[in-house]
Amino acid sequence: MKLSKILKNGFLIVVACLALSACATSKKTTGQMQGDVYTGTDTVEYLASGVPDRVFFATNESVLTTASRETLRKQAAWLRKNSKITIVLEGHADERGTREYNLALGERRANAAKDYLMTYGISSDRISVLSYGKERPVDSGSNPLAWSKNRRSVTVKAN
Amino acid sequence: MKNFLVTLIIILIPIKSFGLIEVDITRGNLNPLPVAVSPLSIDEESRKNFESILKKKNIGSEISLIVENNLKVSGLFNPLNKDAFLQEPDIANLKPRFEDWNLIKAQALITGKVSYVEEKLRVEFRLWDVLAGKEMMALAFTTVPNNWRRVGHIITDKVYERLTGERGYFDTRIIYVAEEGPKTQRVKKLAIMDQDGANNKFLTLGNELVLTPRFNPTSQMVTYLSYFRNLPRVYLLDIETGTQEVVGDFPGMTFAPRFSPDGKKIIMSFAKDGNSEIYTMDLENRIVEKITNHPSIDTSPSYSPDGKFISFNSDRSGYQQIYVMKSDGSNVKRISFGKGIYGTPVWSPRGDLIAFTKLHKGKFYIGVMRTDGSGERLLTENFYQEAPSWSPNGRVLIFYRETKTDSKGKGFSAKLWSIDLTGYNERQVPTPTDGSDPSWSSLLSN
Repeated sequence: MKLSKILKNGFLIVVACLALSACATSKKTTGQMQGDVYTGTDTVEYLASGVPDRVFFATNESVLTTASRETLRKQAAWLRKNSKITIVLEGHADERGTREYNLALGERRANAAKDYLMTYGISSDRISVLSYGKERPVDSGSNPLAWSKNRRSVTVKAN
Repeated sequence: MKNFLVTLIIILIPIKSFGLIEVDITRGNLNPLPVAVSPLSIDEESRKNFESILKKKNIGSEISLIVENNLKVSGLFNPLNKDAFLQEPDIANLKPRFEDWNLIKAQALITGKVSYVEEKLRVEFRLWDVLAGKEMMALAFTTVPNNWRRVGHIITDKVYERLTGERGYFDTRIIYVAEEGPKTQRVKKLAIMDQDGANNKFLTLGNELVLTPRFNPTSQMVTYLSYFRNLPRVYLLDIETGTQEVVGDFPGMTFAPRFSPDGKKIIMSFAKDGNSEIYTMDLENRIVEKITNHPSIDTSPSYSPDGKFISFNSDRSGYQQIYVMKSDGSNVKRISFGKGIYGTPVWSPRGDLIAFTKLHKGKFYIGVMRTDGSGERLLTENFYQEAPSWSPNGRVLIFYRETKTDSKGKGFSAKLWSIDLTGYNERQVPTPTDGSDPSWSSLLSN
């Protein structure tokens, strides 16, 4: 199991390099994806000025990237300042997986965000988690960029 | 349905056994059997009575059209054009002139008669072997006129059974999710229809997202996932009464439900703190049991027909793969070892195969393997397809397929498809709207 993780990470790095070298020739996706994690801002909304509402994931993954952790720290700071606000973390998957597995994967992604917010002092009482699996894509395209936008956990104000 | 069962009286007229025509369904059938379906004959008074009740000009012809369509869609039969028929339906039913039917190359002939008897529909039909010049089967039954479509399906089941030696699957229904609207905001409703797409009925209004409906063994109950009040939970629906209830009291999302083969339990996944495990709930005493115990995603459980085993998919090896365990959760064994990821295992009603969805190199496949994972066979490849469900006789799989959208997100559709276990006879199943997550009922007239 460990080995497969290592291999998988190795694979991600390779994919990242390929994507980067591809970027040199095709301008279209420049700055939009790193590996297959979405890094653009097209679909991002803001909970408050400078506080993005969502984080993105690699295919089949629920690991938070450096950028995701930064976003969540901003969310945590905002939640600490606004202590009456409660949130729902909505976990999503792309369309390239079976429906039921994607429901579980969305739940796992939203929980990864929840766990991180909790380590920054946000009480679990203020957070609920909801998985939509692949049911609510934000981009209806069938291409790697659209899929990367759809692999997400979105923080939504609940009150 | 109960009403139907009470009034359905099948009178078996003894069948003499000859070495007559047989249809081999174990291989892909490239030479479907030519069959003539003579319109069921009807006397003028009966015709008028049914016309006033059912608004169908000639119910005899209508029923024979259902039989014809079923036989054609099965891929095993080739119903011949009626224009070539030389013999009148009423006379053919008494005594076919086999030379005439032979001339148009019919190997089997179906004839019959419908009559209006005490406000009921009485039908008798016969199956003839044209080459041998012999009657293979004769049956009669009576039902309420509104069941006329089912009469056509039951006739097909009997003919199919006589000619193939296997149970039919025509007097059955499909429960599925009807879909409409843009891909980002799909409206989904539970819908039920006959196996041929007729009698479509929506069971929910579309106010909340619903997914993955599955029949219980008697096909009177359905378990499914609903986002009612934005809380994804497994529900139970009684189709006759419309009564709905939440299954169990879980502090989080429950999903991926199916019935146990005895109908007494629901098996499903419960997700909590980023971990999905498989649970069962006994519908009588409400006792909940945890079946899996692993920090990975364990979902899409399906019982073997004898209830002794459960197949499911798990990503405990790193990627989604198919596993089999005893029904108490012990002896977990991975069975899928091919290239790619594997999901949605469903045990065949015969118990010898597991149907699955596979993703490999950007393509989705529906396939089957033996229950130990050997003998993997991929039946169909596409951009996206998943969720096979077996016909009650284990010969046909129904699943859904989604199309690729262009860069603007245009061109999306979701449709139901069926394919023979042999990999032949792939067909779209007609639905009034888009559809997904089909589940095939048991035979209704058992």
